[in-house]
Amino acid sequence: MTTIGWLQIAAFFLILLALTKPIGIFLHRVMEGERTWLTPVLGPVERAIYKLGGVKHDEDMPWTVYALALLAFSVVTLIITFGLLRLQAWLPLNPQHFGAKEMTPDLAFNTAVSFTTNTNWQAYAGESTVSYFSQMVSLASHNFFSAAAGIAVAIALVRGLARKSAAGVGNFWVDITRATLYILLPLCLIFAMVFVQQGAIQNFHPYQTVTTLEGGSQIIPGGPVASQEAIKELGTNGGGFFNANSAHPFENPTPFTNMLQVLMIFAIGAGMTYAFGLYVGNVRQGWAIFGAMSFLFLIGVSVAYVQEAKGNPMIAAQGVDTTTQTMGDAGGNMEGKEIRFGQAGATLFATVTTDASCGAVNSMHDSFTPLGGLVPMANILTGEVIFGGVGAGLYGMLMYAILAVFIAGLMVGRTPEYLGKKVEAYEVKMAMLAALILAGSILGGTAIASVTHIVNPAYWNTVAGTANDMAAANVNNSGPHGFSEIFYAFDSATGNNGSAFAGISVNTPFWNLALGIAMLVGRFLMIIPLLAIAGSMAKKKRAAASVGTFPTDNVLFAGLLVGTVVIVGALAYFPAVSLGPVVEHFLMHGGRTF
Amino acid sequence: MGDEGHPALQLTKAKTMAKQILTSIRITLVLLLLVSGIYPLVVWGLSQAAFAHQANGSLVQDAQGHTIGSALLAQGFTKPEYFHPRPSAAGSGYDATASSGTNLGPTSDKLINGILKKTSDGKVDPSNFDGVKDLAAAYRTDNNLAVNAAVPVDAVTRSASGLDPHISVANANLQAARVAKARRVSAEDVTRLVAANTEGRDLGFLGEPRVNVLQLNLALDKQFHRSGQLPQDNPIEP
Repeated sequence: MTTIGWLQIAAFFLILLALTKPIGIFLHRVMEGERTWLTPVLGPVERAIYKLGGVKHDEDMPWTVYALALLAFSVVTLIITFGLLRLQAWLPLNPQHFGAKEMTPDLAFNTAVSFTTNTNWQAYAGESTVSYFSQMVSLASHNFFSAAAGIAVAIALVRGLARKSAAGVGNFWVDITRATLYILLPLCLIFAMVFVQQGAIQNFHPYQTVTTLEGGSQIIPGGPVASQEAIKELGTNGGGFFNANSAHPFENPTPFTNMLQVLMIFAIGAGMTYAFGLYVGNVRQGWAIFGAMSFLFLIGVSVAYVQEAKGNPMIAAQGVDTTTQTMGDAGGNMEGKEIRFGQAGATLFATVTTDASCGAVNSMHDSFTPLGGLVPMANILTGEVIFGGVGAGLYGMLMYAILAVFIAGLMVGRTPEYLGKKVEAYEVKMAMLAALILAGSILGGTAIASVTHIVNPAYWNTVAGTANDMAAANVNNSGPHGFSEIFYAFDSATGNNGSAFAGISVNTPFWNLALGIAMLVGRFLMIIPLLAIAGSMAKKKRAAASVGTFPTDNVLFAGLLVGTVVIVGALAYFPAVSLGPVVEHFLMHGGRTF
Repeated sequence: MGDEGHPALQLTKAKTMAKQILTSIRITLVLLLLVSGIYPLVVWGLSQAAFAHQANGSLVQDAQGHTIGSALLAQGFTKPEYFHPRPSAAGSGYDATASSGTNLGPTSDKLINGILKKTSDGKVDPSNFDGVKDLAAAYRTDNNLAVNAAVPVDAVTRSASGLDPHISVANANLQAARVAKARRVSAEDVTRLVAANTEGRDLGFLGEPRVNVLQLNLALDKQFHRSGQLPQDNPIEP
């Protein structure tokens, strides 16, 4: 660890803190259709979109219709993407002539699901699989759509909590249009240009072969990278243009772009907490949520930074200087990390990308030390509520808030209330349903994949010419780390994160389908119960606060919320975590290799 | 207002669903045009106009004007008169069409000790892999270091992209003596060039100080002779 490393982490947090209120105010204004300084330019575009899309912008939808619209939108875009990916050979902007041979049916399914669900799990390597057209149209469009849908669902839930005796929670089409037009697009345009100035590429050239200085040859790839990079972070999507994602110098060329990227990943999630406060008429409610999120973030980033800066004792034992005293932040565990970011830049990114449901990576989580790698794993296990995916973080945290007031209510023997509305059996059932579905998918999927023998492995599970009859044989590492790779895969897919312990070979029909299903479960079986809560809460009357009301806008509540996240969200996974990173940590310090 | 009175529910369920599907198709097409057509093309147009060098890959040319690579992508160097980048796991090494790290975990025997096998007919097995131990030994041999000399960690670990264009300042300084000897120039001159090619932290506090290997090697070629232009059997002066 270095002082300057801690300074970078502190600077990140302070900038985020300063941005939260202005972003929250802007989000609230936009989503409620109030005038902003962008309205003179974008107002006519907004109205044109409603006209062309056949949207009645003043129609208020009950939660069932809102959910139906979300599902219809997701299914339509999923099918379009599947088709476009399979047909990429016949579409333009494909100088490398990638076709359906690279984009097999199971991979196209996995990829279409992955981008539709805001997961952006990548079973393929971008630079050797997908055309520029596929990147720009089939994939990057989802970066906007799934992010806008996330914002829409969160706002719908918040409206449900804020409205009194209301039937509707908003209009899905209006919500995604406003989120895209006023929030995502303008910010992406600005940041994409900054990225290009710093060195990210934006071209449509065929790959160029050059003779290197020593007389070898190297192929330089191209592509519309910067435009995709901006929405990749801002929309917490995380699907990289290249296999190495934000570690690739063409995606994330400098420490400065690295800082912008982590800020962009958290920006909307942080702003949503303030917008929530505005919706419910008490900004302290928003700050309490922000405080709980910040606490969990700061713990995560500190653990990851300390562990990675300490490094791997088995590497140091080879006469390698890994100490940060002499090497600065280029010391520590540098396997799978880039010099320009150093340990602070790498661990900050790893923490942020998994707190949020982003899943972009600027270092290889698979090569982290056991406890350093436990941080991203555990962050996803919480359900990505630490600022979280755009929208998804807030609606996930509100699910925990409902559980927290329920638990508090049980402790003192009162009917739990949240924001003046009674939390009853129906809401608690729905919140628990969402939490249990996630745990079931992660643990169930890991267990099944760990022991499954595959019938006809030649079809279902061939890796580099070898047919693996065990699904678990696809891991790149033996011992507890191999288990961690499987566990992380289902964790990441269900949590709609998309980062990976990337050694595992997942581009086979078995894995593409298994993880594709986990992504669908993690997205929609979480959203539907939450929209049901929104609908049920919207109908309720709001009671005035009395002396018997448990306040939810103070430090005590933030602490209770942290406790609920840790106990309900993470403790279910304690046995699995013990089998993976915890065991590996002790074995590493015992000098054991596999 | 009860649910019954709500206009959206006055339609039958099937009608609502059909309507939402139709709307989603129409609005998807409109938004697609905006976010996947207009937006990336505007960024492309602006960046080609304002930052064409970066937008096209920060390509660099040698003294003769031939494009020899990208300043942002590591390329392989093995000759003693050049600085060497970090080892790479991208394809068979520095393959920019296959960016990747090793994804080996901290307790991987392959990562630490490597794999050194011979096939049955005595050839080197293609699955062989240099572990940290092998890379450290090779680094010491290349740079005339004592057998127990400490090696900078970045010199024996593979980066996340396999294309990390930088090495640490410590790594560059340890290679300077070898480069100077191969080029028959003073070590101080090479060290000075390393210092001149060291990038500081962004805005004074972001990231790590670092040395861009390709740009340093280009600067070397510009300033000093390449040893390859000298007779091979020339005695090398200390």
